[in-house]
Amino acid sequence: MLEQQLFNALSLGCVYALFALGFTLVFGVLGVVNLSHGSVFMVGAYAALEAITQLQLPLWAAIGVACVASGLVGLLIDVLVLRTLRQRNVPHLIPMIATIGLGITINSLTQGVFGAENQRFPAGLLPQDPLQIFGLHVTELELGIILLSFVLMTLLLLALKKTQLGRALRAIAESPKAARLLGINVEGLFMLTSFAAAALGGLAGVLIGLYSNALFPLMGQPVMHKGIAVIILGGMGDIRGAMLAGLFLGFAEVLSVAYIGSTMRDAVAFGLLFAVLLIRPKGLFGSVKERKV
Amino acid sequence: MSIAPNRSVLATSIASALATTALLGAFAAQAGEIKIGVAEALSGGAAQYGNSIRNGFQLAAEEINAAGGVNGDKLSLVVEDEQGKKEEAINAFKKLLFQDKVVMLFGPTLSNSAQAADPIAQASKTVVFGTSNTADGITSIGNFVFRNSVTEADVLPVTIRTAVKNAKIKKVAVLYGNDDVFTKSGYDNFKKALDEQKLPVTTTETFAKGDVDFKAQLTKIKASNPDAVVLSALLAEGAPIMVQARQLGLNVPFIGGNGMNSVKVFDLAKGASDNLWVGSPWSLQNHSKENESFVVAYTRKYKGAPDQFAAQAYDALHIAATAFKKVKFSGDLAKDRAAVRDALPDVKWTGATGAFSFRQTTDKAGAPAGYDAQQTPIVSVTKGVNYDIVK
Repeated sequence: MLEQQLFNALSLGCVYALFALGFTLVFGVLGVVNLSHGSVFMVGAYAALEAITQLQLPLWAAIGVACVASGLVGLLIDVLVLRTLRQRNVPHLIPMIATIGLGITINSLTQGVFGAENQRFPAGLLPQDPLQIFGLHVTELELGIILLSFVLMTLLLLALKKTQLGRALRAIAESPKAARLLGINVEGLFMLTSFAAAALGGLAGVLIGLYSNALFPLMGQPVMHKGIAVIILGGMGDIRGAMLAGLFLGFAEVLSVAYIGSTMRDAVAFGLLFAVLLIRPKGLFGSVKERKV
Repeated sequence: MSIAPNRSVLATSIASALATTALLGAFAAQAGEIKIGVAEALSGGAAQYGNSIRNGFQLAAEEINAAGGVNGDKLSLVVEDEQGKKEEAINAFKKLLFQDKVVMLFGPTLSNSAQAADPIAQASKTVVFGTSNTADGITSIGNFVFRNSVTEADVLPVTIRTAVKNAKIKKVAVLYGNDDVFTKSGYDNFKKALDEQKLPVTTTETFAKGDVDFKAQLTKIKASNPDAVVLSALLAEGAPIMVQARQLGLNVPFIGGNGMNSVKVFDLAKGASDNLWVGSPWSLQNHSKENESFVVAYTRKYKGAPDQFAAQAYDALHIAATAFKKVKFSGDLAKDRAAVRDALPDVKWTGATGAFSFRQTTDKAGAPAGYDAQQTPIVSVTKGVNYDIVK
């Protein structure tokens, strides 16, 4: 049972991490806690569902559609709302509040178009029967989610560390004003980041939708609440932190169910999270400095 | 584009809207119409239930009106969306009671909302008739509160007894959502029934609304080696739970509450939906004459199979219409509302959900209060894409 629980924890942790990657990226670069990320995540899931059921696209193509659709929504949010707010130089809580409203709007629109009832990806899209590996019950999707979250984390880290683009993004994270003075196209990179982060959110939406078999307009909300905890624990804006904190939350939840009891799950998981933050108030990888404006 | 043309368009639309309202008002004032309020969750998390319910009402209203109405009067439904929220249910009730001046009310969808909104109807001495509120205590609110939804307290013991007898169950594990009134109350009733029937429980696990992963709980349940899993969940979590249980090799029967009684489980838990035992007042597979005609008419109108919620709403309007037949509508709202209240308790009706009558309940002090459903539940088990009835 323990081996199975450890595997359960790993796959749940990767689910959380997958969601948190895009979420933390937006914060790292734009300095905005984008609370519409849960809705963007849901848009991805619905876009893929439509691509598969209406356009009869294969899954890989549907994932592409989902990334682009979510990415565009993220881009629109940045161009129409966040940029306007940036230009007016509003206090930093305002964009966060605005994204709450955007999230509600997107959820309601989706509900209006697709209805509130649960939907799912067509059965048989992925092999549903589990594989038996060393006595563990493992699905191919779980393996895919685990692999993909590590690959994406590595790619993002490498991109931020090794490329010119990544250096520019880190410069912006440090200070958008200084970055602009250095000749970096700050607005362009904001847009690019918004697109990429939302596309990642959309990808997470498809995978988690496949995993839970339950697509509904509010599906992003509970995941986002966990996501907020994850990116705070990881250190706001830190990619490695998001990954590690996702895993931390996954293990904390699963092991508390296994050994303490499921009624205590959230109390234990979030109690641990609180304890970690008491010791490391900036999170596991908390290197984010107060932004100088 | 300049502003001016827009403004004139706006003015025109306001004018036409006003005209429409006036027309509607005139229409509403006509004699020969019985106005009934319907407040259900048409959006939000409970919308899949609310929409089924509205469909059931509309189908019944069409049938009754097509057959000449009630003593020549047409039924007219005023539908409000209460979003599955307490505050919105209160708002919708107030609008229907005080603005639309309905003669009685149906709704709201969730027991939670009923607890909050039903007292308003009680205070206005207007019948409020729930078709989907199954939690304890709703009808204790007062003598204007009715429901035809059989409570889980009545259904779940029958479900367990039937499953235990037929599937040779000696011990069960329990899994329920502990942050939702409905699933928690389902759990309480399950627990009571398990205690009464002296069925050992191997482990009791919980989950929260919106969880996507239940494998930790299911792995633990599997290790405790039960003969069945008693599940109090809504479909959003219940369907993935069944899929993930089968993926972990937990192939025992599931015994579910009301929330799991929907044909959508065959889609949402495709390939993993077999061997789910549910009890309910209604079954798609019940081939009584009344139910067959309901299923055919519903499927024709809405291009999909009905569920229990549609069936109960459909029956509820027929029950109300039967009461209306005995009422002499005077046009005096307070008198008419009281007359409807007095006519309802004696109604007997055999519809899609079978033979039905009311049973008066008591309030917290033990005094007579509202009316619950008196009905025998049907226990079914899923196989393929059917609920097979088990005697």
